[in-house]
Amino acid sequence: MQIGERDPVTGQYTTGHDWNGIKELDNRVPRVVKFFLYATILWSIVYWILMPAWPLGVSYTKGLLGIDQRQTVGKAVARGAAQRSVWVDQIAQLDFEAIRQDPALMAIVRETGSTLFGDNCAVCHGTDARGNPGYPSLASNAWLWGGDAETIAETLRVGINSSHPESRYGQMPAFGRDGILDQAAISSIVSFIRNNAEGIDDLGPLDTKGVEEGRELFVENCAACHGESGRGDPSMGVPDLMDDVWITGSNRQTLFRTIWRGRQGHMPHWEGRLSEIDRKILTLYVTNIASGQTEGVDER
Amino acid sequence: MRLIAGLTTTERQTGLLLAGIVTLMGAALGIAGRNDLLGYHGLLIVVFGAVVMIALLRNLDAPEPEESRLSEYYDDPIRFGIVLTMVWAVFAMFIGVWVSALLARPELTFDAGWASFGRLRPVHTTGVIFGFGGNALIATSLHVVQRTSRARLPDQVSPWFVLLGYNLFCLLAVTGYFLGITQSKEYAEPEWYADIWLVIIWVTYFVLYIRTLARRKEPHIYVANWYFMAFILVVAVLHIINNLAVPVSLGSAKAYSAFSGVQDAMTQWWYGHNAVAFFLTAGFLGMMYYYLPKRAERPIYSYRLSIISFWGITFLYLWAGSHHLHYTALPHWVQTLGMTFSIVLLVPSWASAGNALLTLNGAWHKVRDDATLRFMMVAAVFYGLTTFEGSFLAIRAVNSLSHYTDWTVGHVHAGALGWVAMITFGALYTLTPSMWKRERMYSNTLVEVHFWCAVIGTFIYVFAMWNSGIIQGLMWRTYNDSGTLTYSFIESLVAMHPYYIARTVGGLFFLTGAVVGTYNILMTIRHEPQPLRERAETLGADQPLVPGE
Repeated sequence: MQIGERDPVTGQYTTGHDWNGIKELDNRVPRVVKFFLYATILWSIVYWILMPAWPLGVSYTKGLLGIDQRQTVGKAVARGAAQRSVWVDQIAQLDFEAIRQDPALMAIVRETGSTLFGDNCAVCHGTDARGNPGYPSLASNAWLWGGDAETIAETLRVGINSSHPESRYGQMPAFGRDGILDQAAISSIVSFIRNNAEGIDDLGPLDTKGVEEGRELFVENCAACHGESGRGDPSMGVPDLMDDVWITGSNRQTLFRTIWRGRQGHMPHWEGRLSEIDRKILTLYVTNIASGQTEGVDER
Repeated sequence: MRLIAGLTTTERQTGLLLAGIVTLMGAALGIAGRNDLLGYHGLLIVVFGAVVMIALLRNLDAPEPEESRLSEYYDDPIRFGIVLTMVWAVFAMFIGVWVSALLARPELTFDAGWASFGRLRPVHTTGVIFGFGGNALIATSLHVVQRTSRARLPDQVSPWFVLLGYNLFCLLAVTGYFLGITQSKEYAEPEWYADIWLVIIWVTYFVLYIRTLARRKEPHIYVANWYFMAFILVVAVLHIINNLAVPVSLGSAKAYSAFSGVQDAMTQWWYGHNAVAFFLTAGFLGMMYYYLPKRAERPIYSYRLSIISFWGITFLYLWAGSHHLHYTALPHWVQTLGMTFSIVLLVPSWASAGNALLTLNGAWHKVRDDATLRFMMVAAVFYGLTTFEGSFLAIRAVNSLSHYTDWTVGHVHAGALGWVAMITFGALYTLTPSMWKRERMYSNTLVEVHFWCAVIGTFIYVFAMWNSGIIQGLMWRTYNDSGTLTYSFIESLVAMHPYYIARTVGGLFFLTGAVVGTYNILMTIRHEPQPLRERAETLGADQPLVPGE
């Protein structure tokens, strides 16, 4: 029995309800809806039978396939390790020079090193490894602590001014702030450095003032670490001031600030965060960039 | 003020008392938390309460409203709610555009702590979901329940308490994020005192709704009301359970959750997914079930389909939250349940979308000509698309690619922009003229402009995020022959950059549409009233209220 009226457009009866002018047709639930409802429920039941699904107090139904995500992950990790072990074992055993002689191994170092570098080093040193103000370029072949593979590997392991017990330690004192030198003296030293370095940001008229006093002041105050020639000392992490590579910058203002307030960079230690193999790959990757054999990550 | 003149003297006094209590509570909170960020929120509550008190005091002696008001629906809070909805829309969508621009240009924080991504992002999500969406739901639900019950709201204080109190909650939430107050649960960031306040508001809302339904003169309860009831009831349950926490002290904004570890994650995503289900789906389905047939002037396609859709959606959604935690420490069996229920859920979801679209049969010429109805049609289509995508992403194997990528963000916005916002705009353009007794909106051309801005913006946004999400997912799982990862994370970020810019452009389109819509609504309000045509079939004309007790 139909209690509603007939809808003139579709010819279907309404349910007889009327809410502020809104009516409802008495259409059946379309068959396709019922089909998919039953089909998805059936599929779910099959899935529950095959996979871990329903809780049973302290346990749960394990499923006929015996699949569990913990084991799946464990197996995948083991499979990956087995796939990599072919070359990982070689890199573990060989020394740096021997690895360099092996083109196949070096190809792996380059592709794997680039990802390791991007994920761990690029945030400070830049994706192209050319550094950022305050963060040294690794592509310029000018090394604070020395650029041979063993030294770089050690820097990676313990870091610089890091929390590692064997950390490398280096500090430029605050000559101005701590009252060792006055402004005029620092200004003269800046002039001396800028006059003698191989490359700086453009030389201006100010730089001709006080170069000679600057030389004397340099010998008295700076040479103890930087050397009389100003060429630095990698054994103590002291930078070369006469080359054209600058960590924080070579304009007057920056150099003045460096001497006035001092500097103390920070490089985290990677022992405990990256495996020895990963650090070895990074070492080779970085020395490779520096020697110009690999371009930065960007240009891969 | 006219709004207050509509209240009886007793109601004004009750309002004054309530505002006084809120002000005192705010003062107590402010004094207890004077050495904490809580102090600012105490002050905010005092100011909010004081403004309400002053407004009431200044009009306390206004003449009593006429008895004839009882033979009309009570629409003042609905009108106020419509304006609040649009204010929140413009504010929160602007923040959304800003926060999206931050991802392409991180320096746009201007070095201010309050403008950092972590603070702006919840301002955007809370602003659009709770500010824009919540106000729209409160306003439309109070409209729909009165019209479909042919009953007036039972009193004139509680709707105001709900609406103003709810907006106080939203203000506490949003200002809290700027200050750095958050319990860092996604979509449930506000701290304990704001959560307790929302419980009070929400229970009042539920009681108000039930009381109105109890006064109904229609024998049956219309589908829209089922959905609004499910929305109010389940959101209360979700909110209370997920926010169980112990404050550090009564003078501290900080509280610690009652849950920890994977139980905390599961509770959070049971909440999070059902906030989507019952706030952003059930509530807005209620909206759709009233305004779409009303605007199309067509009967709902199938009452029976409404029934299975409603019970399917309400039953199945509550199981599906664990699909947010695939491949995590959550036990495998919980993931299986979440995934299978998510798949079955597609059927009632599509049945709802289908029911809406089939309702338009016989009215497609109106869809073509009327941008308001088109808003609602597109919303139903996006509802269908998004629920399909949701079930698809809930499959573990698919999720292993999509999880943690922008695909999720694209999916959410297909739902939020395409479904939630579009159905709201359609509803508001239907509601606004009838609320202010206008024959139509101030400008139909501007509705059309808004429609196209919204559609273009949504498409740009969603396509950008699909692309970027899938590229991200693929880059993160690409291996070299040697068995190591091919790409570093930063390389995937570089690859995202153009899509992030495109997303901001899409967002700008959507924001522009919302600004145009707000202007149009405000001009409709300000415009000289034109008498509605006398025909009963005129859009927006209501059947008369059945006078009751």
